[in-house]
Amino acid sequence: MKDIIVTIFLLGGLFFFMVGTLGIIRFPDVFTRAHSASKCDTLGAILCLSSLVMLEGLNLVSLKIILILVFVWIASPTATHLIAKAEYTRLASLAKINGVKKHEDI
Amino acid sequence: MSKLLIFSILFLSVTIFICMFRAVKGPSAADRLIAINVIGTKTIVLILIVSFLIHETYFVDVAIVYALISFLSSIIIAKFIENSGGKNI
Repeated sequence: MKDIIVTIFLLGGLFFFMVGTLGIIRFPDVFTRAHSASKCDTLGAILCLSSLVMLEGLNLVSLKIILILVFVWIASPTATHLIAKAEYTRLASLAKINGVKKHEDI
Repeated sequence: MSKLLIFSILFLSVTIFICMFRAVKGPSAADRLIAINVIGTKTIVLILIVSFLIHETYFVDVAIVYALISFLSSIIIAKFIENSGGKNI
């Protein structure tokens, strides 16, 4: 019973990693790629690490894995948000330098 | 259970190589940084699965330190992109 649940969670995490990687390759823009990478960071990592916690049982090692899980869950969307904000600021300052008044065909 | 872990390691390695394509090709610096960030998360999961496969528990500490350093490097390079003043670095 435990093996079945661990297998389902681990394969679900690998599925989300695959989907996120596919989005990083196929999407046309920085911001859409950030959206796809955020899926890959949160859901894939959370499913894989919780399956490893279930495989280990409750001891000190699984507590360390839960610590990694909470840290990744907080830090990874923050990093993706900072990258998207940095790219937006860069594009805005680029438009300001070149004198762009209005955008066409976005 | 060991075969499942080996399959997971191989699958994660293949997806890391596909992400490496975007990290090399990406038109702007933010594309490369997003790909590197995803590669870091996949590497954390990879280290943990390897530690379960060979029954060595000290790899978990390596994964903790890797998560901390990966987050820090992402923040520093994002700040560098933000202050670059419109140049495509």
